[in-house]
Amino acid sequence: MATIVVDVMLKPEILDPQGNAVASALPRLGFTFAQSVRQGKRFEIVVEGEPTPEQLAEVEKAAAVLLSNPVIETYAVRVEQ
Amino acid sequence: MRVGVITFPGTLDDRDAARAVNFAGGESVALWHANADLKGVDAVILPGGFSYGDYLRCGAISRFAPVMTLVIEAAERGMPVLGICNGFQVLCESHLLPGALTRNSDLHFLCRDQEIEIINNATDWTSAFNNGEKITIPLKNGEGSYQCDDTTLAQLEGEGRVIARYVGENPNGSRNLIAGISNTRGNVVGLMPHPEHAIDPLTGPSAQGLGFFTSILNSMVR
Amino acid sequence: MSLDTVAVAQTTPDNKQPFAELGLKPDEYARIKEILGRRPTSSELAMYSVMWSEHCSYKSSKVHLKQFSEKAPHSDALLVGIGENAGVVDVGQGYAVTFKIESHNHPSFVEPYQGAATGVGGIVRDILTMGARPIAVMDSLRFGPAEAPDTRRVLPGIVAGVGGYGNCLGLPNIGGEVVFDETYAGNPLVNALCVGVMKHSDIKLAKAAGAGNLVVLFGAKTGGDGIGGVSVLASETFGVGGSTKRPSVQVGDPFVEKILIECSLEIFAEDLVVGIQDLGGAGLSCATSELASGGSGGMKVALDKVPLRDPSLSPEEILMSESQERMCAIVEPHKLPRFLEICKKWDVTVTAIGEVTNGDRLEITWNGEIIVDVPPRTVAHEGPVYNRPLAQPAYIDLVNSQRVNIPIPTTSDEVRAAVLKLAGAPNLADKSWVTSQYDKYVQGNTVQSQPDDSGMVRIDETTHLGVAISTDANANWSYLNPYQGAKLALAEAARNIATAGARPLAVTNCLNFGSPEDPGVMWQFAESVRGLADGCLEMGLPVTGGNVSFYNQTGAVAILPTPVIGVLGVIQDVRTRTPMSFNTAGLDLYLLGDTYEDFAGSEWAFLHGQRVGQSPIADLGREMRLIELLLAGHGEKIFSAAHDLSQGGLSAGLTEMVLRYSIGATISLNNVGIDLLSESPGRVLVAIDPSKSEVLRDLATLQSITLSRIGTTGGDSLKINDCEISLDELRIAHTSTFPRLFG
Repeated sequence: MATIVVDVMLKPEILDPQGNAVASALPRLGFTFAQSVRQGKRFEIVVEGEPTPEQLAEVEKAAAVLLSNPVIETYAVRVEQ
Repeated sequence: MRVGVITFPGTLDDRDAARAVNFAGGESVALWHANADLKGVDAVILPGGFSYGDYLRCGAISRFAPVMTLVIEAAERGMPVLGICNGFQVLCESHLLPGALTRNSDLHFLCRDQEIEIINNATDWTSAFNNGEKITIPLKNGEGSYQCDDTTLAQLEGEGRVIARYVGENPNGSRNLIAGISNTRGNVVGLMPHPEHAIDPLTGPSAQGLGFFTSILNSMVR
Repeated sequence: MSLDTVAVAQTTPDNKQPFAELGLKPDEYARIKEILGRRPTSSELAMYSVMWSEHCSYKSSKVHLKQFSEKAPHSDALLVGIGENAGVVDVGQGYAVTFKIESHNHPSFVEPYQGAATGVGGIVRDILTMGARPIAVMDSLRFGPAEAPDTRRVLPGIVAGVGGYGNCLGLPNIGGEVVFDETYAGNPLVNALCVGVMKHSDIKLAKAAGAGNLVVLFGAKTGGDGIGGVSVLASETFGVGGSTKRPSVQVGDPFVEKILIECSLEIFAEDLVVGIQDLGGAGLSCATSELASGGSGGMKVALDKVPLRDPSLSPEEILMSESQERMCAIVEPHKLPRFLEICKKWDVTVTAIGEVTNGDRLEITWNGEIIVDVPPRTVAHEGPVYNRPLAQPAYIDLVNSQRVNIPIPTTSDEVRAAVLKLAGAPNLADKSWVTSQYDKYVQGNTVQSQPDDSGMVRIDETTHLGVAISTDANANWSYLNPYQGAKLALAEAARNIATAGARPLAVTNCLNFGSPEDPGVMWQFAESVRGLADGCLEMGLPVTGGNVSFYNQTGAVAILPTPVIGVLGVIQDVRTRTPMSFNTAGLDLYLLGDTYEDFAGSEWAFLHGQRVGQSPIADLGREMRLIELLLAGHGEKIFSAAHDLSQGGLSAGLTEMVLRYSIGATISLNNVGIDLLSESPGRVLVAIDPSKSEVLRDLATLQSITLSRIGTTGGDSLKINDCEISLDELRIAHTSTFPRLFG
């Protein structure tokens, strides 16, 4: 069994009000490390055995068609070690 | 004049859209998401609501419904399709319309009587209005901020495909105060505010939303 | 850990069991052993502990609440009274309306969004379970001081939760309250109301009848939500600084509930259920024992058949789980296939988990072994009944003997300052920041909503028959005089129904109090219930159901007694309703009712840090005559507008009226300070065309209601004697408060 992770983020030019809200909340709680914050989504897909290149290609397709909206989002696929 | 109104799991304003169609003199036809059957309607409305609970993204799952395959085909052949609020989101996810709807810029769900200006009455759904006509209809959503890239924006504006704009303060952060757009042909329209809730001053801010429904009946007479 | 079955319990009578940690007292534990003739299994212990908790068993309140039945006025309209999930009233034309208000206080302090969301979800299911389509919700919210940092944490979360869940269900929010007071800091009150409509023949009851009928669980899968929430959270106060006993909060999914609603209504329409119960507090423990108690008396359930989200749950945890969006139906075997078909259409998880039996035991097995074997009535209805000691608290005589010490404005500048101060006070200020997060339009039948006196929805689109609902409470009056406070809240809610032209019909209530183990609190509770019961009898309005929330306190300090009263009324044609305000100039403004120096418990006194004095004395005879006057005037179409006066008195009433449609008013008052700021009950401000004044005078004389003409409508300012406030200035004062406080 392995886990394929797909991270989906809003494109940099798209307004991210949730990320902004988090960035504003951090200093109110005493955390001053952040210059900026963007919020995204993470999908954990469990597959049987080690992922094959074909499977990963399928996941890429799924990421482009369902898991993300390419109009406003980008995605990245990786296998979790 | 038979107008189909699609119900997805979680659709909320289907009864209101149907009521508006009937009020305008048409015949509403209930369409179920799982049935690939448009029942021979002349036009289709994708109503408002929270289809699939807005899981994943608003409209992202609805767009793959069996009925949507037929809607997309029919739209490409010229059938009039109106997407209201969640319906607009489904149309964007289906790529029948460009751009996307994102979270309201102040993060809150907003329900208010919103003034909009109709700026293109050459579509199947806006022909009953005058260009520049201002109407007040309810706006109610949490994800109503219309976004698209600069190229698309230039195209929409340049081709007159922005059909309605918010008047006054931007309620949700939409680019260029866009409240509604159409496809190139003018048969597919997406609108964020809810005309079906403004057909009777008894239950809404005005009866000014009725124009969207009388438009389509007139269009079909042609 | 091996399974604690009945067989094991019989052979290990001396096993130590954690009954105290589960909230049971030693005598209650002893009683369980007596009922069963042996020690309970751990599953049985779990069931008894949740079902005998304060929240589920009403053990401290039962002896008092029975007054609602004992003193119930005769009402032809009452179809289902107290005892079922919600009350049902006949509103004519073959329609029945069901409504109820319920609290979800403690969870909303812990996790504001989910606490409020699941509160809405719970009350909606209660209405659905009666066989009705839910048609509207209302929310009555109370928070700590508006300026307090924790209020800034709690309020936005609760409002977002109410809106997030209700909007996604497609239920218009048609009204409610938002009140701030330091008494609620640490103990916010979230009282959610739902109203539903059906035809008489659709009414469903919670009973398992017919041996051989199936027990069918449908809706969401069961997980570890809120395990022990009921028995632990609602039956103990928050220890100052202690958090060890707070278990996982319930998390709601409104989409699943929306699907459940549509699925259930289709099931009801095809008459596929014999009885039905929703799974709320105490989950399966409650549903199985209640259904069994309500029917033939026997039921067998295979707990291992319950579909699980979390496969690691033990049987005890499954029984106590408060996972949301689940219902339990009793279905005749030949109707099951169709039932399953409808669930499949809506993609709703459904499993037959048991059957109704002859006999009088509730038997639950786990993989074939019996882990519960109890008489269901002892779990669901024969819980402990306490007659807790009550004693009038020392503060009562003390505060009642003190006079309210507040400045009374007399000069024009003082009047202006007072009106503006009240307009911007958090308790009176414009609440759009809150209400614009709620969908009020969905379903297309909302005729009145916030900020009107009552919420009103049309229930028949052809005849325009409609219902109106109002929720009201005045904790200040209840604090000063709990008996009068309850009566006054009832009168106010009924009056709010009548101003629109609807006739009050029935009552629901949500009684929010501190710890019943405090004799002073118990006295406040007893007096409030007595006042409400007496008031309902006098006004001819039956209590159809309600909710009690005890233990609203932090440490030893209880909240002010806060009985929230909901009144439902009916109007034959919603198109004829009297609006709350006027949109023309040249109308005459009349004050109906008498104004005395009633400052005790008023907003003006509150703003000056005063909570002393004597509350007004309710004159329900006069309130009823005022209601008849309002209804007669509505019938004769003489009112252009009618607005109830309550918190903030005439000042707030005028502010709200002139700002509604931006038409000013010119007012003359003889005792301006008292006239503007007093909160004497039983008063309504009406606007009429001068040509109707004779009719109004006659009606007022007939009902012996004092009538005073106080001014006229028109202009762009509010003029009171020689004081003039532009509507712009008044609007800024009224609408800036919430954005300033909450962003």
